[in-house]
Amino acid sequence: MRQQIITKLLAGVAGLGLALGAVGAYASPESDRQELIKYYQSKYPNIKIDDYVYGALAFDEDSKAQYDAIMEFPPYEADIDAGRKLWETPFKNGKTYASCLPNGGKNIAGNYPMFDEAKGKVVTLNDAINDCRTANGEEAYKLGDKNTMGKLTAYMRTLSDGMLMNVKVQGPKAMAAYEDGKKSFFTRKGQLNFACASCHVQNAGTRLRSELISPAVGHTVHWPVFRGGDNLVMLQNRYEGCFKQVRAVPPAIGSTTMNNLEYFHSSLSNGLPMKASVFRK
Amino acid sequence: MAEPMRIRATMAGDVADVKVLMNHPMETGLRKDAKTGQLVPAHYITEVTATVNGTSVLQAGMSGGVSKNPYLGFKVKGPKAGDKVVVNWVDNKGDKNSAEATIA
Amino acid sequence: MNALRRNVLKGAAGASAVAVAVAAGLLKPTQALAAAPRSAFEAKNVGDAMKDLGAASPADSKDITIKAPDIAENGAVVPVEVTSAIAGTTMIAILAEKNATPLVADFSLANGAQGFVSTRIKMGQTSLVRAVVTAGGKSYTAAKEVKVTIGGCGG
Repeated sequence: MRQQIITKLLAGVAGLGLALGAVGAYASPESDRQELIKYYQSKYPNIKIDDYVYGALAFDEDSKAQYDAIMEFPPYEADIDAGRKLWETPFKNGKTYASCLPNGGKNIAGNYPMFDEAKGKVVTLNDAINDCRTANGEEAYKLGDKNTMGKLTAYMRTLSDGMLMNVKVQGPKAMAAYEDGKKSFFTRKGQLNFACASCHVQNAGTRLRSELISPAVGHTVHWPVFRGGDNLVMLQNRYEGCFKQVRAVPPAIGSTTMNNLEYFHSSLSNGLPMKASVFRK
Repeated sequence: MAEPMRIRATMAGDVADVKVLMNHPMETGLRKDAKTGQLVPAHYITEVTATVNGTSVLQAGMSGGVSKNPYLGFKVKGPKAGDKVVVNWVDNKGDKNSAEATIA
Repeated sequence: MNALRRNVLKGAAGASAVAVAVAAGLLKPTQALAAAPRSAFEAKNVGDAMKDLGAASPADSKDITIKAPDIAENGAVVPVEVTSAIAGTTMIAILAEKNATPLVADFSLANGAQGFVSTRIKMGQTSLVRAVVTAGGKSYTAAKEVKVTIGGCGG
């Protein structure tokens, strides 16, 4: 009986057609990442892992050429400038984000999300920014707000451009958070009964209607994105969109579920260079 | 309104490569506001002029069909590094903006 | 092209000076460094727009290169680059044929400005993107189809 239930649970994961399922709960994050890369590479041997940071653009030269043309002088530069002003404006107590965050806020974005042992939970970069604000007597920003957190991080994350994603999963509590995120990623949900992996693992590089689907590796290094050149979208806002697209109720931005998902998802891009903020269609 | 315009001008051989990013909503007048359902009034740049050291090199007319925050790239033969590029625009409401840059 | 025209161009910071020159018979309208008449931008079809541009029946030319996507990532920002290898190019116009008003922009070039412009345009639907070039008083054209799809994942 017990055996049967376990088999059923495993089938849910293995059914996604990925070797990951077989490795099960004991896989290390690094071997999960390697397995995924191996999976993508066996399907698309000609695409370099480094190009996965371009998402679906890696599969289509015509799209990539447009990206390059737009990135040459991105139409959203004024928003990045507005973010710089937010970043440079001191708090009422005279302190700044730079004095509050590690390393003056430079070359740190790739370390997030990180597992905070003291808090016993995953902390995203946006959480760390809000912690800075509240520690200095300011009100926390609304996590999903484009005009405050969005613009601020659109600039702040550029200070980590070129840094390699370096999300660490150490210790049993961190591992549990990672596993929770992994479960969210591979569990089917919503009326359409899709998992994140249904599209971004099994169908990466194929088309969903007219859309080429991006691989999960490389997803998390380039946020926020400016869709259509002017619509700022942060990573968890995008998750929200994904949930809605499969007709599922999205968890709240900044919730444990979302943060753990970001934790797992980000670790898949370990070793890839950070690059904020970019154009997407 | 008048957000700064950005100009990058660099010499590539004997040709100056000039790139300009203007800040403008470029409303065609045909778009409906998603919330109110009302047409958003037309508001777009109608004319752009560029000079190098005071000499006109380009004059452009535009419609609302140019993308929001218009980008314009052009090339001019003859200038030297250090020469001054000035770009001006006027929109359909009479708003104006001007910026200058030195060719690098 | 000729010394007189250059001098006029130098002085002609605004369209009014050009208008004076035109009225005085110094310049033919198509040679002036001035944007196309606004009527060209209001024209609802390509034929009328080209007529107002002073390029009613341009000749097809292989010397015009249009760099534009096969499928636009986003119809709101379609990068378009036009290069004219035709000697003495003085004007490049870009039209999106199925837009409500097809003429998107025109660029008069002078005093060393090369036959090249790069910009980003809006496209409401799949259509030809047409470049019209004036050189030596004659007009030339080339076109490229750009498909526009709705959607996007933004990942």
